Amino acid sequence: MHRTPLWLLFLNVLVIATCGLIYELLAGTLASYVLGDSVTQFSLIIGVYLFALGVGAWLSRFVTDALARSFIEVEFAVAILGGFSAPLLFLSFAHLAAFRAILFLVVFLIGVLVGLELPLLMRILKEHLDFEELVSRVLAFDYIGALLAALLFPMLFVPRLGLVRTSLTFGLLNAAVGLWGTWLLRPLLRERGLAGLRLRGAAAVVLLTIGLIKADSLTSLAEDELFPHPVVYAETTSYQRIVVTRSTNHFQLYLNGHLQFNSADEYRYHEALAHPAFAAHGAARRVLILGGGDGLALREVLRYSDVEAVTLVDLDPAMTGLAENFEPLRELNGGSLRDPRVTVFNADAFLWVDPQQHSGAAAARDEFDVILIDFPDPNSYSLGKLYTSRFYHLLQKRMAPGAVVAIQCTSPLTAPQSYWCIIRTLESTGLHVAPYQAAVPSFGVWGYALASREPRDPPGVVPAEVAPQLRFLNDGALRDLFALPVDLAPQTVDINRLDSQALVRYYEAEWKRWN
Amino acid sequence: MPGDHDPRTGLSRRRWLQSLAAAPLAGALAGCQRPLPFEGEIVGASLELGHRLRSPSSLSTPPADVTETDVLIVGGGLAGLSAAWRLLRRGVERILVLELEPRPGGTATFGESSVTAYPWGAHYVPTPFPENHDLIELLAEIGAIESVGPDGTPVFAEQHLCREPEERLYLGGEWHSGLYPEEGASVEDLRQLAAFRTEIERWVALRDSAGRPAFAVPTSRSSEDPAVRDLDRISMAEWMDQRGFTSPRLRWLVDYSCRDDYGSALEQTSAWAGCFYFAARVREAGQDSQPLLTWPEGLGRIVRHVAGELGDRLRTGVAVMRVNPGPEDSAGPISVTALSAADGTPLRFAARSVILATPQFLVPRLLAELPEDRKAACAEFEYGSWLVANIHLKDRPPSKGFEAAWDNVLYDSRSLGYVVATHQSGRDHGPTVWTWYQPLCDERPHAARQWLMELTWEAAAQRVLEDLAPAHPGLAGRISRLDVMRWGHAMIRARPGFLTGAARELAARPWRGVHFAGTDLSGIPLFEEAQFHGVRAAEEVLASLGMPAR
Repeated sequence: MHRTPLWLLFLNVLVIATCGLIYELLAGTLASYVLGDSVTQFSLIIGVYLFALGVGAWLSRFVTDALARSFIEVEFAVAILGGFSAPLLFLSFAHLAAFRAILFLVVFLIGVLVGLELPLLMRILKEHLDFEELVSRVLAFDYIGALLAALLFPMLFVPRLGLVRTSLTFGLLNAAVGLWGTWLLRPLLRERGLAGLRLRGAAAVVLLTIGLIKADSLTSLAEDELFPHPVVYAETTSYQRIVVTRSTNHFQLYLNGHLQFNSADEYRYHEALAHPAFAAHGAARRVLILGGGDGLALREVLRYSDVEAVTLVDLDPAMTGLAENFEPLRELNGGSLRDPRVTVFNADAFLWVDPQQHSGAAAARDEFDVILIDFPDPNSYSLGKLYTSRFYHLLQKRMAPGAVVAIQCTSPLTAPQSYWCIIRTLESTGLHVAPYQAAVPSFGVWGYALASREPRDPPGVVPAEVAPQLRFLNDGALRDLFALPVDLAPQTVDINRLDSQALVRYYEAEWKRWN
Repeated sequence: MPGDHDPRTGLSRRRWLQSLAAAPLAGALAGCQRPLPFEGEIVGASLELGHRLRSPSSLSTPPADVTETDVLIVGGGLAGLSAAWRLLRRGVERILVLELEPRPGGTATFGESSVTAYPWGAHYVPTPFPENHDLIELLAEIGAIESVGPDGTPVFAEQHLCREPEERLYLGGEWHSGLYPEEGASVEDLRQLAAFRTEIERWVALRDSAGRPAFAVPTSRSSEDPAVRDLDRISMAEWMDQRGFTSPRLRWLVDYSCRDDYGSALEQTSAWAGCFYFAARVREAGQDSQPLLTWPEGLGRIVRHVAGELGDRLRTGVAVMRVNPGPEDSAGPISVTALSAADGTPLRFAARSVILATPQFLVPRLLAELPEDRKAACAEFEYGSWLVANIHLKDRPPSKGFEAAWDNVLYDSRSLGYVVATHQSGRDHGPTVWTWYQPLCDERPHAARQWLMELTWEAAAQRVLEDLAPAHPGLAGRISRLDVMRWGHAMIRARPGFLTGAARELAARPWRGVHFAGTDLSGIPLFEEAQFHGVRAAEEVLASLGMPAR
């Protein structure tokens, strides 16, 4: 002990102080990502954490002997709990009630353990230093560590490593401090149980290392690189990869790496999808939404008091679950999925529209006045089938007399052949189609189609009931949607059939060319 | 002899088959503490019952009540069902179809579970040309044809045409679109592929002096020109050798195609059959091959349809023992003896005409008095064996590269890969059934059948798992059930010389009021041939009953 340079011990202080603050920052960041309202979240996290530090400091008085050993045990506990805090919280995102409980429990426990660290260390060091010097040095290094953490966390760790890897990396640092302590504080440790202590330290290092390797199954470094903003939620379901990223003021949803919306301008996309169909129909009461598990098109539909029942069919229960429970998204869609008028089916729309393959006999005969189709772009064959003539034939069995269908059709500027392939395929099934487009900055120029059995004039008036609530469409803007500029002129294309899947080939070629 | 060695493993066929038999054993020993994490069984094809037909002792049964009928059809495969279908459509209602197995369909039989229906054998048919009226009539009945254009061209229903992506190939650790192993192909590989296509297009374009194409469906409408018939003198391997088609990738493609359609390897398949495979479904040079029609239960969809029309005129689980036509010119009925497969009860039938829609190897056993030359002709029919497994999956395994297709083929395997039963119905997520096929063409037919007879469920399941493991690691954990079918005499072998030999023609000639409709009479194991022979035999019967042929 006397031969150990003191600066090494203070380095320990620096490391554990950095670690402690990093865990606090991680928890605060995750909480504000998931629960929104960062001021409240950070305030709550800081409060709980500081209180827990106090609890830890107070509890340290009950540690009367084996100080060094206790300090090392605490280090290992912080390593495991802090190290795995972000992955644990990440995994509990989907279950919001559990997320809150786990969040505050984890923050409190880490706080208690970190609160134990310094009092124990100071008592270990008090044999070797004057009280004045001890307090001044330990606290100085503690605050330097806090500064380091505060600077490095947003500048280096979050952008480079992501939240999960940052958490595991600092867990490893804590474990290293503990393991190192078994040598540094060797004179203060009893021979008995030393090997076991070191073994536990090694086990913590191994566990955290495995965690770092496995972190790829949550989000891989390569995947983080794909997205312009930090990944705050990621889940691989049986159907797709769901990723939510967060920019300063907005968040973005990706399915299989393809952007589905950006909260900054999704209102343009969803208003353009929903309201032309309602304006054209005039008196829609029964509405079907295919895809659109984010609940955002549904939000637009629910603005109409005439609407009595909405059926939403989305493939992935994880997607509709996220829309219902993930706070920022729930806020954005106004809790639309919980509206009593809404019935959600988690099914493949291709099977759901087909009365022969549909399991629910009663719902199989339902007909709708307005149908909104909000599928992801046709970037795979299993999505491509949802844009085929077969699908549109089946869809017509779900159209009530006078029904209007609005379909998102990818970008007519970026992928003109894809766009016109969808239009021509709709027409090949006997529908009358009005192509239209809207500018959605996150997507670019975006294409839609309005389809009905009877020829219809494009709508020119936004329904009075919803007009005051809209942020994008007014009568003039609605009419402008249907005026196609020169560079969106029709193209000669093949029909998209199940046995040709022409659309998937067009789409792949066009987006490759654009990129 | 080079043909005796597998080009990739370098093993002789015998050794390869031994390794096939040994590998599952090794696997079972290695994992003997860990039983397979799913259930299943060996189903179907009543091998024992079939073999009982050979023992004459079972004939010494007391006479039973005689069931009288106009036309009795032995065999409820697609040939027999096609014969029955034609008779029904011509108003002959007093008919009976007797099938040995508990389910009809022969090699087009199918299974059903809560997940989906799935095939046990034949699983698709290429869309016919307008001149194949019989097939078009049948396809229209099952809704696969929406309308017929003014020029007689049928319009096929989108949902019955094989949905894209049709096929993918596992090669070099990844799945690729299509069947030709393009990944890593050399310039020479691609040149040979183009030259092969040119060669095939020459056959596509050919019309003989009678205006017939080189290869037609049904095959009886093909050209009789020596230039075409001579192809049958050599194997497809020799044909490729003669033209300098040495590219391993090209040879793999053609070998795969022969194994897929005929259950025989490049060296075992007549060059006529090999060229037929590539040329017969193309209308004109430069055009694509005819698209395929398929259903979740494969050709079971057609079996289901005709069986439904027949109702109780189709009797399953009946083992026909003897067909006894009267003397040469007797006008009396033909007596048929049979056993109930369930309890061995003897059954007797009397029919004005009998159609034997069975493979020809059974014919001499059923017709004891058949002349020796005809028996010799029947002995010339050789059959290949198949191992087929239906794999119930709880969920789809992830796969690297191109997304899941209908037909999923493995380059480094002697199996044919698997077909996804839910593909056609558009169910791309959740539980599914894969049908895995392997023709046992790398050993003498008898040895392969022996191996099949001794195969246990565990060994078969291990074989399937090992075959799929490289492409789908961890597959076993997703399997809920794996059933196995052993096809001893799965299909006729289109070996060189057989297609132009005299045996087929002799075996097809009616004999004392008995008509012959087995698919193997074409020498090529295709549904269109089954229908052709079934319908032909039915027309013969109609003529003998004094009813006008169409």
